[in-house]
Amino acid sequence: MRRPFGKPALGSPLHILLFACSFALAGYAAVRLLGDDWFEVALWFVGLAVLHDLVLVPLYAGADRAVTGALDGVGHREWTVYVRVPAALSALLLLVWFPLISGQVADHYRSATVLSGDDFLSRWLLITAVLFGGSALLLVRRLRRLRRATKERPPVAH
Amino acid sequence: MVCGPVRGVFPAYRRGMPRSPSSPAFWRSPLRGPWFTSVLGVVLLGGITVLFVTGLLSYAAYNPDLSPVNDMTPDKGLLGFYLFSWPTDPSWLYRLTQGVHVTLGIVLIPVLLAKLWSVVPKLFTLPPARSLAHALERISLLLLVGGALFEFTTGVLNVQLDYVFPGSFYPLHFYGAWVFFAAFVAHAVLRVPMAVRTLRRMKDERHPGDERHRDEEGGELVAPDPAPPTVSRRGALGFVGGGSLLLFATTAGHSFDGPLRETALLAPHGGAEPGSGPAGFQINKTAASRGISASETSGEAWRLVVEGPRRTVRLSRAELLRLPLHSSALPIACVEGWSTSDQWWRGVRLRDLAALVGYEEGAAPDVLVESLQRHGAFRRAALRDNQVRDPRSLLALFVNGEDLTPDHGYPARIIVPAAPGVLNTKWVARMTFGDL
Repeated sequence: MRRPFGKPALGSPLHILLFACSFALAGYAAVRLLGDDWFEVALWFVGLAVLHDLVLVPLYAGADRAVTGALDGVGHREWTVYVRVPAALSALLLLVWFPLISGQVADHYRSATVLSGDDFLSRWLLITAVLFGGSALLLVRRLRRLRRATKERPPVAH
Repeated sequence: MVCGPVRGVFPAYRRGMPRSPSSPAFWRSPLRGPWFTSVLGVVLLGGITVLFVTGLLSYAAYNPDLSPVNDMTPDKGLLGFYLFSWPTDPSWLYRLTQGVHVTLGIVLIPVLLAKLWSVVPKLFTLPPARSLAHALERISLLLLVGGALFEFTTGVLNVQLDYVFPGSFYPLHFYGAWVFFAAFVAHAVLRVPMAVRTLRRMKDERHPGDERHRDEEGGELVAPDPAPPTVSRRGALGFVGGGSLLLFATTAGHSFDGPLRETALLAPHGGAEPGSGPAGFQINKTAASRGISASETSGEAWRLVVEGPRRTVRLSRAELLRLPLHSSALPIACVEGWSTSDQWWRGVRLRDLAALVGYEEGAAPDVLVESLQRHGAFRRAALRDNQVRDPRSLLALFVNGEDLTPDHGYPARIIVPAAPGVLNTKWVARMTFGDL
């Protein structure tokens, strides 16, 4: 697909045709999506992509690197998974259910559904505790096995 | 499992060089590569197709082409090309399609996030465009990524009643879905053959998921200078699946009753039921939140107006009770994905009410139902003739053997098999039969 240097590159005409079709349909829907409040809708659409790629990804990648680095520093890089998994799962639940867990919709939620909006924070904390607790148990079990394996290893015969 | 290129062979000066995200060496994770991205892509291909189809079905379930009161998207144009009369059989149809739509959408969130993470280096690739086709592809990717995040975010916020998005949920989620789908199809046409080839090739090789060639197809995702692995690619995939499983386990129960609902610890309609006894099942909007007062639903004040082209009748609840009463076992299923199992409703058949205003048996027309509710979407809703004629469609007066409670629509509410919850109008005040 690469053109010699200097010539204008078009790329695959089939791909160009495909994107033309795609943009035509997307455009047809987009003029309806944007409606009267076009700026705010466009801001949401583009903003979410920017927020994800330039804030969320660096944030969790940085947190992960910090954990790996800290454990690496104490010589236990292989423990990373025992922190990463419960932390990421807990963060995932918080990300998805943030409006309920943070309580920001609690009043509206209660008045609409009669259900208590105050339980979500404690439920999330409990799930988080179970995740970290389970992970800690697994780590302890692994360490015990390792210790037993080193103890029981028969002396090397010469 | 994951073996990077032999480590430590890179010239020392490279390590000290400043790295920008546009340089492949900036990205160090040994997990990125065509296999990881392809597996996630294939899962999303299937999952998002199901989401799109169930979403279109939900849109059709509102019968938006029947009457302006059902139509939140009057300018839909060709996008409503496929609309059809929503059936009443099986009665759990909407419970199933919308339960799948919402629960699957939530379950796919970790897969989507992992997929976006796996290709994030491509966002920073320079030069911005190698050719016109490549430039178009990058614009299309903005629609794809923005569209996916827009759809998942508006959906997740809507089920939590957090209406912070700019406008009404229905047009945003419906038109947004079409913008996203247009980009999704183009992306699938371009990438699926490659993903399938990658998966086939890796299957044949000795170590599936173990790739290390940047010059292979899709290999530009492989880190040239990977950090030492802390987890294998398969392990990482299991981690993503674990996230999905956790979301499934804490959400799926919202489509069931009793102990199963209690497992949905974080879903908005999970946990314990709002009450006990016959009317203890889930409530979408309470009477108080809709401004319905006891004084307007009392026996003295409330009258049901049933109107036809030639005749209008006004009925008190006592008069309704003297009409032939019938029972049907029907669920409540909400656009938010939660549902209840069958409740026992008892009341007057809609087609019998049509007969009161002059329609012969089997000729009952559409009906416009109006609630006492003064504001809010769907205080008026239209039902199609096939829904009115179904013998299980009722103007219910009782549920599970007792009078309706105010929160479930006392003095009278509509219940129609397979219809979305909001079309089962509560606190009914007026019904106008006739072709809409």
